[in-house]
Amino acid sequence: MSNTSTMTDQIRVLVAKPGLDGHDRGAKIVARALRDAGMEVIYTGIRQTPDMIAEAALQEDVHVVALSVLSGAHLELFPRVVNACRERGITPENTLFLGGGIIPDEDADTLKETGFSAVFGPGAHTGDIAEYVRAHVPELDRS
Amino acid sequence: MTTETARTTNTQLSGRLAELEQRLLDKDRRALARVLSWVESGDQRGREMLRALYPRSGRARTIGLTGSPGAGKSTVTNELAKAFRQRGQSVGIVAIDPSSPYTMGAILGDRVRMTELYSDSDVFIRSLASRGALGGLSAATQDVVHVLDAYGKDVILIETVGAGQDEVDIAGAAQTTILVNTPNMGDEVQTLKAGIMEIADVLAVNKSDLPGADRMVSALKALLSLNPDRGWDPPVVRVVATQGEGTDKLVNACDAHFEELQSSGRLETAELERARQQITALARANVLRQLHSADGEERLARLARDVASRTSDPHSAAAVWLAGS
Repeated sequence: MSNTSTMTDQIRVLVAKPGLDGHDRGAKIVARALRDAGMEVIYTGIRQTPDMIAEAALQEDVHVVALSVLSGAHLELFPRVVNACRERGITPENTLFLGGGIIPDEDADTLKETGFSAVFGPGAHTGDIAEYVRAHVPELDRS
Repeated sequence: MTTETARTTNTQLSGRLAELEQRLLDKDRRALARVLSWVESGDQRGREMLRALYPRSGRARTIGLTGSPGAGKSTVTNELAKAFRQRGQSVGIVAIDPSSPYTMGAILGDRVRMTELYSDSDVFIRSLASRGALGGLSAATQDVVHVLDAYGKDVILIETVGAGQDEVDIAGAAQTTILVNTPNMGDEVQTLKAGIMEIADVLAVNKSDLPGADRMVSALKALLSLNPDRGWDPPVVRVVATQGEGTDKLVNACDAHFEELQSSGRLETAELERARQQITALARANVLRQLHSADGEERLARLARDVASRTSDPHSAAAVWLAGS
């Protein structure tokens, strides 16, 4: 019973893959790791347009939008998702944007300027991702 | 015998909540999403919003979908949503997946089968984790449905956790319950012993392009013929949800059931029963919360000592504990 009463702090994360690459192993592993860290992970599957992802983020009222791209199109796709989210009032001030994939450091810097608070590349520990989320979600403006 | 009333007083919200309520009623989807989060988490603001919105609910048609994991509930839900949209009705979807009993985390993956609905702003999908509830729904499912209803959704589809044999809460939560079966789901005894068979108003045999579909259909029909007469014979409908086959028949079956509920007067009695169940569940949760408060735990510890030392007995102690809550 204690489990079902109040769970105001339950963190909800959207894990999505924009673009056309179908390599969803990484996204699924991250989804599973965040679940095991006690979070509720909404997984939307592959080949999502920026609008589809933003729409899911809106309806599910998530704290975190975590994106994965392995095709190299991250500089193109990630900012478009952020923009589609912004159009719906979902901004880096109230939602954490995370990027994942094979992303060079200089690209990661560019992405951070567009609203991503962190980028996780190959070799990132799933535990670190969960820890990062837990540390930064309380800083969001959820009023 | 005194008559009790529970008329809701002061449904006026103030300040930011009033503003959010207005945005929700103006069909602001983001406001709806936030209110649903509060309602789901048992937040005080959610309770106040629900109190204000509740009088506006009661107009939507509710259809529940249940069945074992992998039977195709999400895909069937997706097909039904499309069919209702084609009629010009707006659709809300509540999709429930299980929480881990160990970490309380969850993967909510029902949306994967519904991506074609994302571009339609008249479809609102909300994924819920069961958060420890055992009946195939989550504790807040009814409240989430009430809010979607008040928002103005015409049809609300409720997809349960992949359910086996006795997760039957959906029957109390929705007006029409669809049980999604597939061919070759084990021998007939599995179906025969399932409490879930008794709650179905409509049976869908999904993936009916697979071998064994005919046998499944006739087995279900034979089993249904043994059910006590409820004034409604649940139809068995063959569908292939991934191809959109049979969706029209399924919608027709739901319509027929709804019409029967209306003409027989059972729509009202079912609504009363739903209200009864929700009051009971909430009251039970409240009592448990009070009993397990700091004060309640202290009294429990004292009573436990009395019972252990034989100065009291368990039944008397339980009565004392409850009376003082």
